[in-house]
Amino acid sequence: MSSKSSVEAAPAVMAAEDNDEELSSLEDENVISASEDEEGSEDERKHTKLLEAISSLGGRRRMKQTERSEASLQVSEFSVAADGAGEKVELSDLLGTMEKTPGAPNKTKKQLKNLQNRKDTLELPLSKQETEKIQRGVAYKKSSREVSRWESVITQNQKAEQLVFPLRQDPTGHKRMEQVVAGWKARTPLEQEIFSLLHSNSQPIHDPVLTPVEEASIKAMSLEEAKIRRAELQKARALQSYYEAKARRESKIKSKLYHRVQKKAKRRDFLKQFEEMVKTDPDAALEELKRMELSRMQERMTLKHQNSGKWAKAKAIMAKYDHSARKAMQEQLEINKDLTQKLAVPSEDEDEEKNGDEEAGALPDFVNDPEPILDPVNPWMRGKLSKEEPEPEVEASTEARDEDLEVQQQQEEEEEEENEEEKLLREFERKRKLREDEDDDLVPVPQEEENQTLPVAGAEQASSIEVSAEDGSKITDNNDEDKDDKVDEDDKDEEEEEEEEEEAEEVVSEFNSLFNRLMKSNTTPAVPDQNEGEELLDEGLVRVQTMEDLEALRKDRTNEANQEASVPATDTPTAPESASEPPNKKKRRRKEIDLKKVLTKQATVVKVPLAPTVLEEEEEEEAEVHTEQAAIIKEAFAGDDVISDFLKDKRKQEEAGRPKVVDLTLPGWGEWGGLGLKPSKNKRRKFRKKVAPPPPRQDKKLPAVIISEKRDASVAAHQVSQLPFPFQNPTQFESCVRTPIGQTWNTQTTVRKLTAPRVVTKMGAIIEPMSREDLVPKQKSNEAKRGAAILLEEKRERGKKKGSGGKRALQQKKKKMQKQKKTKE
Amino acid sequence: MKVKVLCRNPDDYVRETTRDIQRVPRNYDPTLHPFEVPREYTRALNATKLERVFAKPFVASLDGHRDGVNCIAKHSKSLSTVLSGACDGEVKLWNLSKRECLRSVQAHEGFVRGICSRFCGSSFFTVGDDKTIKQWKMGPPGYGLKEEPLNTILGKAVFTGIDHHQSEGTFATCGQTVDIWDELRSSPIRSFSWGVDSFSCVRYNPVETELLASCASDRSIILYDMRESTPLKKVIMKLKSNTLCWNPMEAYYFTCSSEDYNLYTYDMRCLDSPVRVHMDHVSAVLDVDYSPTGKEFVSASFDKTIRIFPKDGGHSREVYHTKRMQHVICVKWSADNKYILSGSDEMNIRLWKANASEKLGVLTAREKAALHYNQKLRDKFQHHPQVRRIARHRHLPRGIFRQKRELKEIKEAQTRKEQNVRKHSKPGSVPLVTEREKHVVTVVE
Repeated sequence: MSSKSSVEAAPAVMAAEDNDEELSSLEDENVISASEDEEGSEDERKHTKLLEAISSLGGRRRMKQTERSEASLQVSEFSVAADGAGEKVELSDLLGTMEKTPGAPNKTKKQLKNLQNRKDTLELPLSKQETEKIQRGVAYKKSSREVSRWESVITQNQKAEQLVFPLRQDPTGHKRMEQVVAGWKARTPLEQEIFSLLHSNSQPIHDPVLTPVEEASIKAMSLEEAKIRRAELQKARALQSYYEAKARRESKIKSKLYHRVQKKAKRRDFLKQFEEMVKTDPDAALEELKRMELSRMQERMTLKHQNSGKWAKAKAIMAKYDHSARKAMQEQLEINKDLTQKLAVPSEDEDEEKNGDEEAGALPDFVNDPEPILDPVNPWMRGKLSKEEPEPEVEASTEARDEDLEVQQQQEEEEEEENEEEKLLREFERKRKLREDEDDDLVPVPQEEENQTLPVAGAEQASSIEVSAEDGSKITDNNDEDKDDKVDEDDKDEEEEEEEEEEAEEVVSEFNSLFNRLMKSNTTPAVPDQNEGEELLDEGLVRVQTMEDLEALRKDRTNEANQEASVPATDTPTAPESASEPPNKKKRRRKEIDLKKVLTKQATVVKVPLAPTVLEEEEEEEAEVHTEQAAIIKEAFAGDDVISDFLKDKRKQEEAGRPKVVDLTLPGWGEWGGLGLKPSKNKRRKFRKKVAPPPPRQDKKLPAVIISEKRDASVAAHQVSQLPFPFQNPTQFESCVRTPIGQTWNTQTTVRKLTAPRVVTKMGAIIEPMSREDLVPKQKSNEAKRGAAILLEEKRERGKKKGSGGKRALQQKKKKMQKQKKTKE
Repeated sequence: MKVKVLCRNPDDYVRETTRDIQRVPRNYDPTLHPFEVPREYTRALNATKLERVFAKPFVASLDGHRDGVNCIAKHSKSLSTVLSGACDGEVKLWNLSKRECLRSVQAHEGFVRGICSRFCGSSFFTVGDDKTIKQWKMGPPGYGLKEEPLNTILGKAVFTGIDHHQSEGTFATCGQTVDIWDELRSSPIRSFSWGVDSFSCVRYNPVETELLASCASDRSIILYDMRESTPLKKVIMKLKSNTLCWNPMEAYYFTCSSEDYNLYTYDMRCLDSPVRVHMDHVSAVLDVDYSPTGKEFVSASFDKTIRIFPKDGGHSREVYHTKRMQHVICVKWSADNKYILSGSDEMNIRLWKANASEKLGVLTAREKAALHYNQKLRDKFQHHPQVRRIARHRHLPRGIFRQKRELKEIKEAQTRKEQNVRKHSKPGSVPLVTEREKHVVTVVE
């Protein structure tokens, strides 16, 4: 801040009208006096200020006479000149008040002081050009960043198999009901009447896809859920059938000992449970008590256990002679006593039922077997559901009472296992109750089958069967393979020799190539760009309009092509019989072998040219590398006879090219045929055809060269001489050409897929340029896809875990369902 | 004893209704259909031949202008309507399906320099040599009324080009400066100048609609953002570029037609060198327009030809010319990707097929399938010499042919010389410069 200069400049710049100035000064005085009235403490300061103002008035007047300027600048909106409007505010004025205020922190005061004392000038602002340049840079960066948003869409479109334009197309076909209804209103009275009717039925008009009831039903159960539920129900039914079967079987057991033991166990259990319940859940215990009370009351009202029934009467007759009958009657009475006592243990009238069952149960055994449901798809059915093994009933019936304890233990053990099943069943039950849409035909699962046992036997049997089946198949496979092997071996014996030779050749040629590469490493010629020329149109003066012209054109060019084609030595990758790459490479590389060596056949060790000795330090490392390489090569080729290999190679190719005698004899024609009989010599001589010798080989007189004879010049004109651009190796290209796309070889749908055009446009539709809406929905759809992928993954997981136990599967199911619900939400 | 009986399931061969297609049993066993490659090769060869035989791209010529056609604009909502401005200041509205002039307006004195239609298609703008911007209604005037513009803006200097925003009521003109106008105001809302005194073309980016690019007379291409107060960047090339066009599907690519017979495709994020150099013309390229699919573009040249280039190909895939067509000044690709319009010096507007051998009109499903199959076959065997030869053969007028040969020779000589120079100078002192790098002088920030 150049405060001094501004102080000097201020009066010069300052300008005001005389009258206004006077008025303003008068006002000033008034203001000051007013303030004096208010605060009497600082009157001294005010006084000095007043004096200053007066003195300055005098000074200013002189200045004003010399200078005139536009009035509007200094005139305030109240048509009175504001004091100090023309003056510049000085830093010292502001700072003066700062120092006097007590609240200001010392730090800021210090800073301000420093600022006041600074003498150096501020830097000049940047020149216009430079600021603009910076602005441009920033703006360019911003806009290029903005434009880069499109990158993903653009690359996606470039890679797309098919693009359909216009990008935003209205979905063809039927429109949704909402869209149709939205632009339509009921006008005639009839229509209005119908509308009102629909309204009364709460048939939605503007969203007429589903009624609320339908929607609710859909909401209640999706397809997935329905499937899961069906599976659950299936499992429940299966379980139930097992239980029923078991119950039936158990009811048929005639052993009294068994039943007695069971009953005792049951009672004991119940007592135990009740005691526990008293501790843990007093409310439930109370309930139980009430129930017991009720049963007691019932017992007291009836004569059930008073030994007055038919059975009891029969027993009474027997009781004289039969100890057990007497005991049974005693028991009955005891029960009665128990029940009529206060807080007696209630017992279900199972005995009666069982007796009834005994009388009625004359069904054949297989009826009681659980229905065999083997649904591989249903994960619920894969648990430890299994057929039951025969009960230990025989034991129970035959064994003496001494073994009661053992039986009980067994049963206890079994009960533990069975409890799990029951829990499952109870779970189902509960769920079913939760879901209010209940199937009526489903038989409710009996809840109180505590004493029944469900021995767990394996699905292991089934699995073992499967395994054995697999083994069998494996065995057969092996047999097949063995056969194949035998056949192969026969062939192999014949081929082995050749293969060995070939392998040896390959090794040699590899070494050769390595050697040559090392030799050539210094001189790598620049490869000319071939793609540039490829795209050119053959523009000429000939106008081709008919097929004949095209034919002529083709012929003219084929001659040229032949000439051209004969020059380059590269073979086409498409020709099925043409020489593939490796022999060519071999040939080219072999050209570099010294002629003399070949002719003399003496040099067995390849001499490697020594690396040039260079004085410069920089290249010394390279030289070292070279010598190392040379050493390696020497070592590698130490015992190798490259030249003889080459000669062997050549001889072999010549052999292969030589015509072979074709044997056309067919056994049995004109003579006796059969096992062990060979066609006669005469016949064989007659039917052995000699093929005319081919023209002499091109490399006949060139000892150091192998020229492939496989190349056919007449075919070469139709073959591709260079690997086209997008392909990376000849096999790719070949496979591309080899796969047919026509209807002759493919099904209709495949053809349609294969021949789908890259760009599809709609006739008569304007293709609008891409807009920002195209950018956003694509991202959204991507997200949707991702969501779908997640769901799929979940499904896959489920598939994996299908094999595990039923209960675990159930838990997982539940979890997954919850997850899915979450994702749907 | 078991008796075996021949059994056929009628479901396999009986149609449910007579309207059903006859079931044709087919055996796809590859051994029954041998020689698939040679057979397909023959088919491909025939397909290529037929394609060339049926390649008749010229559809119609619209005559009526009394001077060279200087500019063409597509109607933004109607495919069949086209606007053209001539060098005598006349603007004509054409109906392409009827191939007739709907309306002609004497819009300017002197050239109609630029013409563009509003995004809604209700009106169009013209600029001319008489320093005015005029807005016209698309429909004809009422009975007994004179043809009068809706709006006329008198500028300070001649306007040389105009382009309308894709979706807003603003347009851009170029002349001495590049100005952005609001349709409702008579003075530009923004005016860009950056050391140049004349521009030949300005174009809005159709995708990122706030971006603009212009060709200036100092051989530069300048990028702008409508929302910024300054231009963005400038690239200076060896020779002046006449027009440019943004790719409508790829936001950051644009192609400019240059005086040096080439076209250059740039990525606006990296102006140091063009992404592609498109060569084939033998004279200055005057106009360029992208196909609405963004896959190809068409260029008009002073050498009396139109060429179609794939957007990432260095050479043209097609060349159109007729005996009577003179220097082609303007060219447009129709919005349905089917046709190309060219306006030339000899007062005619020509309508071409974008795909020379395409059959016009509705195709049956079988025809379509056959076409697709043939197309795929041609693609599959395009690298085979015979197929390629036939597919690439084009007729050229003698003059252009000679010029082309000459240019080729010149180019060869240049490269040879460069190689020689490189060979005889200190290694590394004559660096290899790629074709793409050759044509850019500098990039100014």
